[in-house]
Amino acid sequence: MTDTEIADKSKMTEFVSLRAGGQGYCVEITSIREIRRWRTVTSLPNADKSILGVMNLRGSVIPIIDLAARLGLPITELGPRSVVVVVAIGNRIIGLLVEAVSEILSIEASDIQPNPTQGRDGNDGQVVGLVSIEDEMLKILALDTIVDSEAEEAA
Amino acid sequence: MTLDSLRETFFAECEDLIESLTENLELVASHEWDAETINAIFRAVHSIKGSAGAFGFTDLVDFAHHYETTLDLIRSDKLDISNDVLRLIIRCSDNLAELVEGSRVEGSPVPEATKDLTAELIQLSGGPDAAGSPEDEFVFTPVAALPIEISLEPVEGFDITLAPQPSLYLSGHDPLRLISGLDKLGALTPECIVDAVPTLDDFNFDESYLRWKLKLRGAEDEDAVRDVFQFVDGHCTLEITPVLAEPANEPHDAPVEPVAAKPEELQTVAPQPRAQPAKSSPPTQKAAQSTLRVDPERVDRLINSVGELIINHAVIDRNLKESGLVSNSEITTALDDYGTLAREIQEGVMAIRAQPVKSLFQRMGRVVREAGEATGKKVTFVTEGEATEIDKTMLERLADPLTHMLRNAVDHGIEAPARRQETGKPETGTVRLSAAHRSGHVVIEIIDDGAGLNRERLMQKAIEKGIITADAKLSEGEVYALLFAPGFSTAESVTNLSGRGVGMDVVKTAITSLGGKVGITSSPGQGSAFTISLPLTLAVLDGMIVEVGAETMVLPLSSIVETIRPAASDIQEVTPGEWVLSVRGTFVPVVNLNALMGLEQTDDDHTNRVFVLIDANDATIAVSVDAIQDQRQVVIKSLKGNYGAITGIAAATILGDGNIALIIDPEALSGLAASQRAAQSQHSLEPQF
Repeated sequence: MTDTEIADKSKMTEFVSLRAGGQGYCVEITSIREIRRWRTVTSLPNADKSILGVMNLRGSVIPIIDLAARLGLPITELGPRSVVVVVAIGNRIIGLLVEAVSEILSIEASDIQPNPTQGRDGNDGQVVGLVSIEDEMLKILALDTIVDSEAEEAA
Repeated sequence: MTLDSLRETFFAECEDLIESLTENLELVASHEWDAETINAIFRAVHSIKGSAGAFGFTDLVDFAHHYETTLDLIRSDKLDISNDVLRLIIRCSDNLAELVEGSRVEGSPVPEATKDLTAELIQLSGGPDAAGSPEDEFVFTPVAALPIEISLEPVEGFDITLAPQPSLYLSGHDPLRLISGLDKLGALTPECIVDAVPTLDDFNFDESYLRWKLKLRGAEDEDAVRDVFQFVDGHCTLEITPVLAEPANEPHDAPVEPVAAKPEELQTVAPQPRAQPAKSSPPTQKAAQSTLRVDPERVDRLINSVGELIINHAVIDRNLKESGLVSNSEITTALDDYGTLAREIQEGVMAIRAQPVKSLFQRMGRVVREAGEATGKKVTFVTEGEATEIDKTMLERLADPLTHMLRNAVDHGIEAPARRQETGKPETGTVRLSAAHRSGHVVIEIIDDGAGLNRERLMQKAIEKGIITADAKLSEGEVYALLFAPGFSTAESVTNLSGRGVGMDVVKTAITSLGGKVGITSSPGQGSAFTISLPLTLAVLDGMIVEVGAETMVLPLSSIVETIRPAASDIQEVTPGEWVLSVRGTFVPVVNLNALMGLEQTDDDHTNRVFVLIDANDATIAVSVDAIQDQRQVVIKSLKGNYGAITGIAAATILGDGNIALIIDPEALSGLAASQRAAQSQHSLEPQF
């Protein structure tokens, strides 16, 4: 999803807001499959520290990624509100461990501002947009960038 | 439907047709045939020719045409099935199968035998003129001398009623072609009956409403008329009534009723020189065998879901037990039923993927015949357990290794006829291919009654090739296992049949990749037996469940040699961090699975660890784990779809409690250990998690 695409959309888009590494993010609801309670995963050998392991989701083996660690933030401490957000990205199903999931937001495209820091050094385009909700800035995540870097590591 | 998918259908149909062709030829070879057998053979070849023509496979069409011509002579009793003729038509069916196979790939060479076989066929059928050209589809040369019964009752023509069923159209036939086929036989007056066509309101587009009344005059041969309708057997209601020139002379023998109603009576009129016990049933009663072509993907999805159902049952069962319910409460009884049903469904779904080995074995018959011919050896091929069912994918992937092994059995196993006579054996050798289910496995055996494996020669060869050292002491099993070593070939002269250098190691790799094992037994002068043991499906794997730190992992049983809990003195450190395990005097390198997987060790003491000897890449390594839990079949779940490949990990599985266990890839372990050591020596290893 590019900034122009976001700007062109004049209809409402639904997002799920969530917290990872103490910060507020939101993810488009259409890519979310389900939200599950955290349960112990099977760790993978020699994997990146952001990859917690694999989990059994009704017979599929899905990798669980610590979203905070993946975004370069301190690793998520498991708390009572920690949940796994199961997302579909392309053909892949992946679980993201987050601190908490807050609510479903309907956001008008015109309220989304492009991320002015995008493209600068050290920013690999994970945040594609910014939106202000009740005085808090939420960052809109581009999930495909999370998987793409994932694929490189897996390969 | 795209042309590609049509082609796929064509090849799938050809496979079925060739299978039926081979089957019926076998009946002929064993003298258990009747007229219908020959008809079925003819139909199979004719159908292949017809469809091949549509795709422009000219070589295939030409060959099938000549083949068909000869078969037609047999069918019409103008050619007896002598041993020579039988051999020829069997070889031709092999060649036809090869041509079909070759048509899959554009530009494949025409099999070498085609030209000779074609020449032989033409000679049999009385020269190229009699054969005619492939285009003369419906013109069958009238029978020269009609049997006497017929000449006593001259037939003026036939009244034919044709009522196609919807399936006739669905299978791509066209009544018009049938009618024009009749037109070539004599003067035809066709009439279409439209009474049955309903008003537009009631019209069902999938129904067949039209019927035809066809008056054919000037045709005498009823067989020729029937031939026109040969390929719509079972797709239409057909009545053929002969019209006699002088009717009502012999009331009991001249049927006025339609033929379809009383076929037996009519056959007394029809030429019937060959007294056969079982005549073919009338066309209308012949039900086509119905099969279902399903995308394997769908079946796989079903298998996955069912596997999950079983695990789900186990999870509920465990939770219920933990909740402390009385064991005979209603819910536990219901849950037991649920478990039984789930397993029934699993068996049923697995059965969809399972196919009898028959078609594979039939193909192998061809391989043995060709190998026998190429080497000038006389071989009888015997198959057993053809009905044994195994997974379809496995069936496909077995073809190459079996071909190789059977060629070897003929080329290296069976001796030349002269040599066999010298040693007092029958001139003709026997190669036996059998399949059977044995304790949750499929066991396929290839047994020959040839010379057996020569241990001294095997050893000598292995030493020459540098596979073993000159002073190596090997057990009998280890000597035979040399056959599977890469680059090993015992053929004294490299024939173009086997010994092409690819060798038996390819066979072993193929079998191992299917999760199977190959074993060899042999006794000099008596022959050899190769035993392939395979899991029932590719979806499950026989595994040893081991504990590695806090995780549970699975080692494939097929690569495990033995498990050892050694004495402290048997484990020695060679260089810092490099350990070896002494197994009956041989030092085997140790791979610590905990370290390799970056997992904590529950106990640092070596003597409390269990060592699993694994045979991978033709080397033995000792994999050390914390404990061994169990040995059982696990369902294989791929990691690649959602994550990606991980070195050292083949796949994952879901345990009874719903948790995931990783399945180790034994072939990658030693490589992984080596690369980890290299990384370690460069910089101290960071904590893994």
